[in-house]
Amino acid sequence: MAIEVHGVNKSFGTTPVLREVSVDIASGSLTALLGPSGGGKSTLLRVIAGLEQPDTGTVVISGVDATRLSPQRRNVGFVFQHYAAFKHMTVYGNVAFGLEVRKRPKAEVRKRVAELLELVHLEQLADRYPAQLSGGQRQRMALARALAVEPQVLLLDEPFGALDAQVRKELRTWLRRLHDEVHVTTVFVTHDQEEAMDVADEIVVLAGGVVEQVGSPHEVYDNPANPFVMSFLGPVTRLDGHLVRPHDIEVSATEQPGSRAATVVRVVRLGFEVRIETRVDGEDVWAQVTRGSAEHLTLDPGDTVYLRPVSHARTLAAA
Amino acid sequence: MARYPLRAVALLYLLFLLVLPVGLIAWRTFEHGLGPFVTALRSPSAVHAFEVTLSVAVWAVVANTVFGVGAAILLVRHEFPGKRILGALVDLPLAVSPVVVGLALILIYGRFAPVGGWLERHGVQIIFSLPGMVLATVFVSLPLVVRAVVPVLEELGQEQEQAAHTLGASRWQTFRRITIPGIKSALGYGVVLCLARALGEYGALAVVSGRLVGQTQTLTLFVEERFQNFDQPAAFAAATALALIAVLTLLLTRFLRPKD
Repeated sequence: MAIEVHGVNKSFGTTPVLREVSVDIASGSLTALLGPSGGGKSTLLRVIAGLEQPDTGTVVISGVDATRLSPQRRNVGFVFQHYAAFKHMTVYGNVAFGLEVRKRPKAEVRKRVAELLELVHLEQLADRYPAQLSGGQRQRMALARALAVEPQVLLLDEPFGALDAQVRKELRTWLRRLHDEVHVTTVFVTHDQEEAMDVADEIVVLAGGVVEQVGSPHEVYDNPANPFVMSFLGPVTRLDGHLVRPHDIEVSATEQPGSRAATVVRVVRLGFEVRIETRVDGEDVWAQVTRGSAEHLTLDPGDTVYLRPVSHARTLAAA
Repeated sequence: MARYPLRAVALLYLLFLLVLPVGLIAWRTFEHGLGPFVTALRSPSAVHAFEVTLSVAVWAVVANTVFGVGAAILLVRHEFPGKRILGALVDLPLAVSPVVVGLALILIYGRFAPVGGWLERHGVQIIFSLPGMVLATVFVSLPLVVRAVVPVLEELGQEQEQAAHTLGASRWQTFRRITIPGIKSALGYGVVLCLARALGEYGALAVVSGRLVGQTQTLTLFVEERFQNFDQPAAFAAATALALIAVLTLLLTRFLRPKD
């Protein structure tokens, strides 16, 4: 295990932020800490980096108890949401910083920085200052800076949070590829479930300072441990007192075994997918079907349809 | 059009308050050309006053820079009991009259006071000599560096420093390579303000220096003493020199003021 967090508690004043948090992160993995704002994910990341001290519990990095080590001695790379660029240094100076404070020979520093700038596609901008870069470029510079010192683990706090949607998508594909190239154990914080599922091998769902579930994107999506995880990771609707994914609801024009009669309220076309909003016994239920099957059904508001979960659907009793 | 009368009032006000007095001093200084001005400033007591002023100001600036940066970091970056008291104490010298500062220092460090007496028996004289004058100047210019640095340090935030720590930088490396460059222009501004204040100090120095001509006389004290002794050319020459230094530091602060 690259990182073992055990029984960590942390409060700010009287507000508990992390409660008995234990997480193991495998070497070489790309893990997402996913959860709503204020769920404690950034605090957990900062505890791993040594930027916050846990009240109780331990943090082991690569087999060494790091709980009382200063951030300076943990050999972790940390990328801040707002980049924390050294404003008075050039891109080159920023990336070289960690090597320079380690008193590495000049020639080695130059070579390593050149390699890293190439890796993050900033080799043309080495002499620029952070103020002259775009958000995405600054974030890549921050990443190169963190990687320069060959950290045992790379920690990213909402790395794409401050970027616009387009750049965000590009950067996350790029991060995935980078990780496949560099293989450093990486943990990133996000509140965006799509981002977590797109990029991570492993997802840790944190809410209210508690680990709700740990698993692969596939596991947490298809086998959520509880209603919270289920509704946080994807769309859900309620049918017969159970939570179901709307794409797991079968819509038919005729009654089927185990189906419920529903009245169509609205049919919304969102490109490829069609959203059918219905009412069942006074409760709103919606189903997501493909355009093909919607056209086949020819639905109009007021029609009666029959709904049931598809046979392989994973449902949870609603809390 | 209320603008023109308003302008006229403002200009007239400044004319009588500032332009005429300073202009008159300059005129009286240079009315017989540059020669008397240079001669007056080259008299032994004037040269000595220059030297005393300079060494008092330099020591005070050094002390206040070190204390100012340290106190600013404490006030912005740390939480501790008594923080608000420290913040209030730093501003105290703005409210206390320099004469009171001088008297207070004599009460502690004077020959017949416990601390001063003990120091005197060990061969250190504070009052009526350079150390006391430095102390008084440090006191009156104490808040200037702190108050210049605090807002910039606040705005700078902690993230760059934390990033430097995670990259393996020690506290000292972080301070030298991240914090200092970040507050550089504010620090320069504070130092120049402090220097200007130190050069122009009169009240506290008048009390603690003992006004010993040729020993503890600074430029401001020299101006006053020459004036009292009807040596107006020397008084005006030194006053003009002080004004010129003030204008110079003012230009420097313009240049160094943190841009927002």
